[in-house]
Amino acid sequence: MVDRLATSPTATLAVGVRAPTADIYAPQWRNFIFVAPFLFFFTTLLLFPLLWGMWLSFHKADTFSSGNFVGLGNYARLYHDKVFLQSIWNTFYFALLTVPTLALIGLFLALCLNRRTRTAAVLRTLFFSSSVLSVTIVTLIWRIVFIPNVGLLSTIYGWFGATAPAFISDPSLAMIGIAIATIWWCIGLPMMLFLSALQQIPQDIYEAAALDNANRWQTLRSITLPSIKRTFILVIIIQIVLQFQLFGQAWLMTRGGPNNLTKPIVLYIYDTAFRRWDLGLGAAASEILFILILVAAMAQYLVTRSRGDQA
Amino acid sequence: MSATASIEGRAFGDHLLLALVILLSIVMIAPVLWVIGLSLKDNTELMADPNSVFHAPYTLKNYINTVGTSSVFIWVRNSIIVSGGLTLGTLILSSLAGYGFARLNFPGRDVLFVIVLFGLAVPEQAVLVARHQIFSMLKFHNTYQGLILPGLSAPFGVFLMTQYFKAIPKELDEAAMLDNASRLRIFWKVLLPLTLPAQATLGIFTFLGAWNDYFWPLISATRKDMFTLTVGMASTQTNFAQSEGIGFLMAQAVFAGAPILIVYLFFQKYIVTAVSGAAVR
Repeated sequence: MVDRLATSPTATLAVGVRAPTADIYAPQWRNFIFVAPFLFFFTTLLLFPLLWGMWLSFHKADTFSSGNFVGLGNYARLYHDKVFLQSIWNTFYFALLTVPTLALIGLFLALCLNRRTRTAAVLRTLFFSSSVLSVTIVTLIWRIVFIPNVGLLSTIYGWFGATAPAFISDPSLAMIGIAIATIWWCIGLPMMLFLSALQQIPQDIYEAAALDNANRWQTLRSITLPSIKRTFILVIIIQIVLQFQLFGQAWLMTRGGPNNLTKPIVLYIYDTAFRRWDLGLGAAASEILFILILVAAMAQYLVTRSRGDQA
Repeated sequence: MSATASIEGRAFGDHLLLALVILLSIVMIAPVLWVIGLSLKDNTELMADPNSVFHAPYTLKNYINTVGTSSVFIWVRNSIIVSGGLTLGTLILSSLAGYGFARLNFPGRDVLFVIVLFGLAVPEQAVLVARHQIFSMLKFHNTYQGLILPGLSAPFGVFLMTQYFKAIPKELDEAAMLDNASRLRIFWKVLLPLTLPAQATLGIFTFLGAWNDYFWPLISATRKDMFTLTVGMASTQTNFAQSEGIGFLMAQAVFAGAPILIVYLFFQKYIVTAVSGAAVR
């Protein structure tokens, strides 16, 4: 087609712009070359491992062999494994601790910092800055905050002659400690998502409300909050997907202890597959996690799509 | 908010909100200052009295130890190679595929694109076990390709670039077509320069993600000389208070965290766009 253009450019021009448009976008096999490199990696390192993982979950496998077919045996083992059931509960509990808190603090910060002042800009930078740190640094920081004797928390409590709560070692507080570190780490994203939603609300609605003598509370309740309802749902879903994948904080702060009380599903997978080398069981556990996350991701897809329809 | 605020003036509520925001920013900043403070203190002094952080003498000894005795430079080098390689690869693959999906037609294009989009919903954990086994068979563990390759399969870049190419007016390609430019030339000379903002966003996002990645390097790089910075730092934090001294660990944390924070201050706009974009998709 390009060749034809090359041999008779005047002829094509004479027909007008329509003719080349039709030709350029006709399906051609050689156009596939542009997407082929990515699809190679996508297929070999994502799609194939995804299917291979499902296949593994029906086998008793170790690192170098796929072992014997055991049917649903691995899933049955998971069902009877108290540690795995505990890890599912832990994951939900962790999401319950972090997701609503992240959404509410994020919304609060966005409402306060949605201004064109320099202070607001500096504070936005500050609240997002922790998000660029790696999980290793975040856990290092928070372990040193929580650690007895030299920790920041126990130093502050020490000023008042009190003993700080043992956020790492107390069974009832350990998960809360991990949640605090996580909220500190992740607060930037919900804040930014709410900020960009707030900036999309047309200013003239607010001007009209001001003319109607609406007070701030009324404006917030009847204009601002309804306008960002969809973003709120989106933030919740995004955070559920993210926090369900809790691993680094739990592994580095508590190793899942005390008594497996802070062991989330991903840490269970890590333990099973990469420390006990029971790959089949680990694969089965990761399929369960996959299903849980897929449900949330589908919900997100529906929410994003319906927003697109409305716009 | 701002319209009503200007009409009602500064009320008591304003001060209350301000106080809350200030409180939250102290919570954000205090742990970091604490870490920096500890990193400047001698370990024995610290153990005797934690409040010694608030007064002199301060020392750079911990930083000298970090630079001199730990493997931190090897880990930084590994992290630069892995993050840089992955970023370069992602930019090339995503730009080509983005152009292909947005502009060209080939049999099965739409079905393939939907499959790629589905890949966005696949969490890393769902493929880790199988990927690890495949890489064991290929003897890819403890190599740079072992650390770089998995990231190249992530569909986010392709999704982003496809969106971006779609937003460029088609008349540009058509005009170039009439000038007898080849498809590769149009891609390279006409369209690619226009995607620079998207390249920057995707590049910074990919680099940051790879730099901070923890799970895959943890299971793939098991030899100390192949650790990335995140894994290496994590390996020294076990047995915390007993071993090397808190000041030393804190100096390591500052040493590892400061460069990323400085980069963030410079590229803030791109980083925020990329991170929010990746979240919403």
